Amino acid sequence: MDFALTDEQRMLEETLTRLVADQVSPEQRRTMLAATPNGASALWRTFAELGLLHMPFGEDVGGLGGDGTDLMIIMQALGRGLVPEAYLAGLVLPGQLLALTANSDQQTQWLTPLLEGEHQLALAWQEHNARYDALAIATQATQQDGQWQLSGRKDVVLNLEAAAANLVTARLDNGKLGLFIVPANAPGTSSHFYCTIDDQPAGDLTLDSVTLPPANCLSDDVGDALAEVLALGRAALCAQAIGAMEEACDQTLAYLKERKQFGLPLSTFQALQHRMVDMHLHLEQSRSMAILAATSLILPASERDYKIAAAKAYCGESARFIAEQAIQLHGGMGMSEECYVASYAKHLVMFDHHLGDSDYHFETVSELLKVA
Amino acid sequence: MNLTFSPEEQAFRAEVRHFLADALPSDISERVRLGRHLRADDHLRWQNLLSEQGWLASNWPKQHGGPGWGPVQRHIFDEECAAAHAPTVVPFGVNMVAPVIMKFGSAEQKEHYLPRILSNQDWWCQGYSEPGAGSDLAGLNTRAVRDGDHYIVNGQKTWTTLGQHANMLFCLVRTDPEAKKQAGISFLLIDMQTPGITVRPIITLDGAHEVNEVFLDNVRVPVENRVGEEGQGWTCAKFLLTHERTGIAGLGHAKQALRHLKSLASRIEHRGKPLLELPSFRHRVVKAELELMALEVTNLRVIAAARDGGVPGAESSLLKVRGSELRQELSELTRRALGPAALPFFPDFLHGEGSLDDERAQSAAASAQYFNRRKLSIYGGANEIQKSIVAKTILNM
Repeated sequence: MDFALTDEQRMLEETLTRLVADQVSPEQRRTMLAATPNGASALWRTFAELGLLHMPFGEDVGGLGGDGTDLMIIMQALGRGLVPEAYLAGLVLPGQLLALTANSDQQTQWLTPLLEGEHQLALAWQEHNARYDALAIATQATQQDGQWQLSGRKDVVLNLEAAAANLVTARLDNGKLGLFIVPANAPGTSSHFYCTIDDQPAGDLTLDSVTLPPANCLSDDVGDALAEVLALGRAALCAQAIGAMEEACDQTLAYLKERKQFGLPLSTFQALQHRMVDMHLHLEQSRSMAILAATSLILPASERDYKIAAAKAYCGESARFIAEQAIQLHGGMGMSEECYVASYAKHLVMFDHHLGDSDYHFETVSELLKVA
Repeated sequence: MNLTFSPEEQAFRAEVRHFLADALPSDISERVRLGRHLRADDHLRWQNLLSEQGWLASNWPKQHGGPGWGPVQRHIFDEECAAAHAPTVVPFGVNMVAPVIMKFGSAEQKEHYLPRILSNQDWWCQGYSEPGAGSDLAGLNTRAVRDGDHYIVNGQKTWTTLGQHANMLFCLVRTDPEAKKQAGISFLLIDMQTPGITVRPIITLDGAHEVNEVFLDNVRVPVENRVGEEGQGWTCAKFLLTHERTGIAGLGHAKQALRHLKSLASRIEHRGKPLLELPSFRHRVVKAELELMALEVTNLRVIAAARDGGVPGAESSLLKVRGSELRQELSELTRRALGPAALPFFPDFLHGEGSLDDERAQSAAASAQYFNRRKLSIYGGANEIQKSIVAKTILNM
């Protein structure tokens, strides 16, 4: 049992904290958000120089072999600064799926440049009628004359606009779930770009008889690999939410100490003190769950999924609680777009809508609940 | 980071489990399992067995006769004890007054009292709360006036747990009414046989005689029974409140209660199916399961920090708040699970007299325990006080 970070991990944490403080102020973040996402920002190049793009990948695919804790440190720092880079959606999730499924030619073509920061990718796994179910996929892939044909629509694909290609799940004739890599400009694709309410670039991807050569099929049975990658993504999201919760709590606490009403700082009112402590309690319990998630990635699938579902369900609820209280304790200020805590509140509420919300994961825990 | 116990720690767990299976008398564990009240003799028999094993004073260093365990071992020990339905060691001697004596006591006090605690010769109780001093403990009014080599103590203590069995009382008294309220307090060790002490039972809403009022009427206490300097009592009390509270979440008890609840709810039928399949009930069980998972890791974080030399301070308050809320919720769900069977009340059976048919016996304590567990968020500093401590010490509000 050990909760201490290694020296390397502490250095990673310090480096990232400094980087985020230097380069992602509220003003800098606004500027970054206003730019068209292309996967090649100055900050992304810095990530590449610092080895962050290699960190979460195994040494067998040219990565640095970072573990769940390393990923947690990175995501937490990104969450603290609400860093508008698609580290998870554009790098980690598609990259891990490639690492698990791609043959060496496919890795050379797609994974190596991803780790070098030469392009970003996206993972198109969600569909309109499937809610959070990664297996209830209506997009079809059929084989004709040795070529694949894909038709269907993928919803809310994060990082769609910046991605050089999308990893697309599709139902095969034999009923299994296949995985394909679809270049951004492939004939038959069309995209509708937008931002999520918490400022993340996303879009819907329509595939209308998109023809792909056999080399673009990454897997003809991706279910287990996809489950593993989504589990990793959920653990990473929990860590990111912890960073955002920390910052939302800090900003709220600072505001309570500085804002005066009835001639006294708000922080002297007991009702508000106890509310602030409740936020802190939610944060610390969620931090424990995020640690549980990060250290569960190496467990057998059923145990891993149980613990990560528990963590995601728990953090989802806490994130919403902290977001709502952060707005409430900021009073009218919390309602204004300009107030920075509002951005955190939006992120913390919408975090629950990524990779399955509390209800979804609660159900998983309920199904897997051990009675004896 | 990793959350697994080392091979040595796992071997230690096996050793504790083995000892409990061997040594814990089955009549005692059965009483604990059924939630019946323990007799003084039950506590003593068990504590004597622990004492022989060298495990009674689980938080004492070796030099004073403790096993020299670290926080991780203590955690494992507590967990296994709760799982085996062992009685909780009465904490007032071993866990409360002893650390104060070790830290602030004279050589004579250490030499006299510590061995007697270790051998269960003395049964200690706590004289802190008063009718007018609950959450505001420093507002206590029990007066100790110096008279030669003695203090003359007058006042009233309350909520004195198991004081009916105790022969020794550690007591906060006001020695200087002029000083600032914390500064005028001293810490006295009082023999319960001293003339002028009266103990009266307080029966709690679950029908139990767990707590008492203690009246002190011109009680003569030798000055050598003061721990620390005059006026240093608050320092002793505060030390006690922050000392080794890694067990404060009651995690072992919560785990045991959740296991029991899940097994109960899968045996009890609701419309032809196990109650655990009723969505609204299952939802609350799963929520408790999640809270327990989070609490367990938080507890381990605090334990690991203590192991690595940190002093758990206000983090204990977080553990206390969430741990007590969880245990209360589990007692609520256990009571609910029983449905109409939670209604019958058999105080005699709970006191340890007579018997009931097996079905009634299994459910007899649930409602009483639910009411009893309300204390968890009140004693040891009410949860609202804990929140104010966190606000002050962690958040600097």
